[in-house]
Amino acid sequence: MYDVTIIGCGVVGASLAYTLSQYDLNVLVLEKENDVAMGTTKANSAIVHAGYDPEPGTLIAKLNVRGSGMMETLCRKLSVKYKRIGSFVLAFDADGRKHLDKLYDNGIKNGVPDMQIMSGEQARAMEPNLSQKVCAALYAPSAAVIDPWGLCIAEAEVAVRNGTTLRLRSAVTGLEQLGSSILLHTTSGNYETRYVVNCAGGWGHEICALTGEAEWEAQPSRGEYYLLDKSSGSLVSHVVFQCPTAAGKGVLVAPTVHGNLIVGPNASPVSSPYSRETTLAGLDEVAAASRKSVDGIDLRQSIRNFAGVRAITSESDFIIRPAKACARMLHVAGIKSPGLSAAPAIAEYAVGMLADMGVPLHKKADWDGTRTQIRFKELSQPEKAALIQRDPRYGRVICRCETITEGEIVAAIHSPIPPCSIDGIKRRAGAGMGRCQGGFCGPRVLDILAREFGEDPLDILQDGDGTVLLIGKTKGGAKA
Amino acid sequence: MKYDLVIIGGGPAGLSAANAAWEDGCRSICIVERDRELGGILNQCIHNGFGLHYFKEELTGPEYAGRFIAMLRHTGVDVRLDAMVLEITEEKQVHIVSSSGGYEVLEAGAVVLAMGCRERTRGAIAIPGTRPAGVFTAGTAQRYLNIEGYMVGKRVVILGSGDIGLIMARRMTLEGAKVLACVEVMPYSGGLTRNIVQCLDDFDIPLYLSHTITDIQGKDRVERVVVAKVGPDRRPIPGTEMTFDCDTVLLSVGLIPENELSRGAGICIDSRTNGPAVYENMETSMPGVFACGNVLHVHDLVDFVTAESARAGKAAAAYAAGARVSSSHILDIRNGNIVGYTVPQHIHMDAPFPAVDVFFRVRAVCGQSRIVVTDETGAQIASFRRERMAPGEMEQIKLPRVLLEKAQGAVTVSVEEDEP
Amino acid sequence: MTHLICITCPKGCHLSVDEANEYTVTGNACPRGAAYGKNELLHPVRVVTSTVRVDGYTPPRLPVKTDRPLPKEKMFDCMALINSLTVQPPVQTGQILAANILGTDVNLVAAKTI
Repeated sequence: MYDVTIIGCGVVGASLAYTLSQYDLNVLVLEKENDVAMGTTKANSAIVHAGYDPEPGTLIAKLNVRGSGMMETLCRKLSVKYKRIGSFVLAFDADGRKHLDKLYDNGIKNGVPDMQIMSGEQARAMEPNLSQKVCAALYAPSAAVIDPWGLCIAEAEVAVRNGTTLRLRSAVTGLEQLGSSILLHTTSGNYETRYVVNCAGGWGHEICALTGEAEWEAQPSRGEYYLLDKSSGSLVSHVVFQCPTAAGKGVLVAPTVHGNLIVGPNASPVSSPYSRETTLAGLDEVAAASRKSVDGIDLRQSIRNFAGVRAITSESDFIIRPAKACARMLHVAGIKSPGLSAAPAIAEYAVGMLADMGVPLHKKADWDGTRTQIRFKELSQPEKAALIQRDPRYGRVICRCETITEGEIVAAIHSPIPPCSIDGIKRRAGAGMGRCQGGFCGPRVLDILAREFGEDPLDILQDGDGTVLLIGKTKGGAKA
Repeated sequence: MKYDLVIIGGGPAGLSAANAAWEDGCRSICIVERDRELGGILNQCIHNGFGLHYFKEELTGPEYAGRFIAMLRHTGVDVRLDAMVLEITEEKQVHIVSSSGGYEVLEAGAVVLAMGCRERTRGAIAIPGTRPAGVFTAGTAQRYLNIEGYMVGKRVVILGSGDIGLIMARRMTLEGAKVLACVEVMPYSGGLTRNIVQCLDDFDIPLYLSHTITDIQGKDRVERVVVAKVGPDRRPIPGTEMTFDCDTVLLSVGLIPENELSRGAGICIDSRTNGPAVYENMETSMPGVFACGNVLHVHDLVDFVTAESARAGKAAAAYAAGARVSSSHILDIRNGNIVGYTVPQHIHMDAPFPAVDVFFRVRAVCGQSRIVVTDETGAQIASFRRERMAPGEMEQIKLPRVLLEKAQGAVTVSVEEDEP
Repeated sequence: MTHLICITCPKGCHLSVDEANEYTVTGNACPRGAAYGKNELLHPVRVVTSTVRVDGYTPPRLPVKTDRPLPKEKMFDCMALINSLTVQPPVQTGQILAANILGTDVNLVAAKTI
């Protein structure tokens, strides 16, 4: 019997698992995919928003600003890449200028620190590649860039290390209310639990429907992106937004925490959170919009396109409340943007609600909420030398674009949540994230995965289940 | 550790540079190679066609590399395998790491850059669609197939008609896969004509010129691709779509010289070649640092890499021995009409060369035409006839010193096509 | 008259072969082109390159080639033979792995020393 079961291990589920792991509770996390961070967490703008966008008084506003304030300390504790670089929202005309006032006003009401409205010239003095058409800008120094899947993985790892049970490949298919507990049917078996938290992201409405009452409609919205080579990473040094519209925060241009340049997203309604394809029209839209903000974007420097799906629902605010038809289920659903920014605050808030629902919260004496990760390329020369001497595997560079060593890959493989795929290694160690996109290191990462797990290389996946990479051997060697 | 010459990369370029430098009397040479064996990309290029110029016979990639590795065995050149260069400093210190040697700093009298190139990826050309497994660059698939012995797919569509893609069409077919089509966005092939014949035509694989993949479909593994004709702007033309049911897409859409180390060292990169700008002796903008092979500009034939790298090796050996070329009189070479780039980009006119070989590529297929070299006054200093030129085939002209000495200011290489 | 592209070397000469006139070849830049043009119409041949299995060795494949071109129509039969072979290291470049394959007088040889 579990005390609390979290359905979904994106950044929201992982943040909640991390926060709950400091209490003396038997916590289970169910994730339908073969790894954590497989939904919107791995495909988004990777921004910690300052918090001037949300309507004052909403849960979104409160949790965004609170989460944004918690993020830096949290990332430092977890060895997650985070960089507070500040953001601009650009106005191109009088209407836009008026919109900046509205955002500034929101920001003041929401408690966003140190904002400033400046002229186009002032903004260009700080960000020289902004378009000449920019006539004014809202500057918010508290905005940051972050490694979103890194945060999710780190939080989930710490939770697991502190006793949380994680079950991958466990999609919830049914739910039985048994009086003082709930029986969850999943693709990996049944689990009995006192409380359930619905952190299923884009699939939250499906989990809700298992209670017998649909409370909202999913309105998934896809955003497409370009990711540019590091040679373009210093084109801008702040997150550069345009004025938001009803559809989303508009196309941004920003350096990533890994040193690339991210350009996107657009917003188009799609039928499913799995609709992560990019389209010619969508990429064209992103390209055109981005050129309005920043001069000199060279999309020939693109190293990857991707799309993510926002968990937008028929409700305007985050949905964090007990389920109507199941008193032992807490919804933490409809976590659209700025869900990543808000995630630590969402977890804190949700824990409060769980306490109200009757979950007993007693802190563990021995909880360790920190995690360290070795990143070879960030070490000094003597540190590198010492590390290789201690473990020669750190002297073998596997990913040449990102300078990721065998030592880092092996450490990722033997981490608390071992990845089973080449992309799982990419999300943890960074191998394959660079300009050759795993062309050179992919076969070597595959070899290391197979060796460390004692598996047939033919069974190593690119990413999710079914993403088979090699279909057999030559010379009549069929798949084993 | 101190070496007269440190060569970064042990592929065909590095091997040739090392052998040539040794031949010229340089006795303190180190090759740093990131792989576990020498030979570079030749190890996976198991097809034949290498060496016709250099050895006057047709060899496979491993055989061609093997001959240079055998020559190297008769020298005292040090080889660091499985070692990665992290940085080259302005003082020509080469920082390397390896499991066996740890962190080492090699002090070099001269450096030869021979790091080769990498493949353009799906992201670089923004092919729309889902992101399933089964999309490989041709070179990655080649490594899996030829070295590791794995099949990457059964039903294949190849995007791009670069040589690696064409070669892989034949290799995949011989190993039992069905190659459904080769799709090329340009109106001409990017590879050698003979590879169209012996890799596509021999196996009845259709080549769709002026076409591209507009959509990759499939949730986990590639399930199909949509191919459409493109207009002169290379944008798809609606209504021309064809669908291919396939499990694999191979990309052969171009190679990019790998110059992150060069950039880090502050070496001037030519945006046309994506490689260092070099003088006639293969020296880069950083004195004592030379470049050759695919890190300099992408070659079609390894034989030319060998010859170019031998020049770099000899010049680097001379530099390490203290020889200096005066930079008081530099002649720039520029690219003109239809010419995409030239290598070298500059000539030390005070150097004692009898002639300079200039390599370039045309931007479009040309029929009968003249390659014309002019100076800044517009005066023609040389002209060469060609029956046919194509972007997929590198061109070479020899400019004798006597002609270059006549030039007023920079010289420009351009192409004038005859009236049809 | 048949038009061909010579594959003998990377130059890729555009050949014209006159069947009516003793397979006279024009457009070739060298004598090998003339031989290729005639041969290609009468009995086309190709060199086959592939790999064979190696027992207990990493990497597990050895590159091989036919030491001369064999009739084009026998390429896939040649592949079947190549696929049936397993070699034991050490192997020298040029070592014959299968002699007189398919009765063609062509040998399959190793293309790498391991």
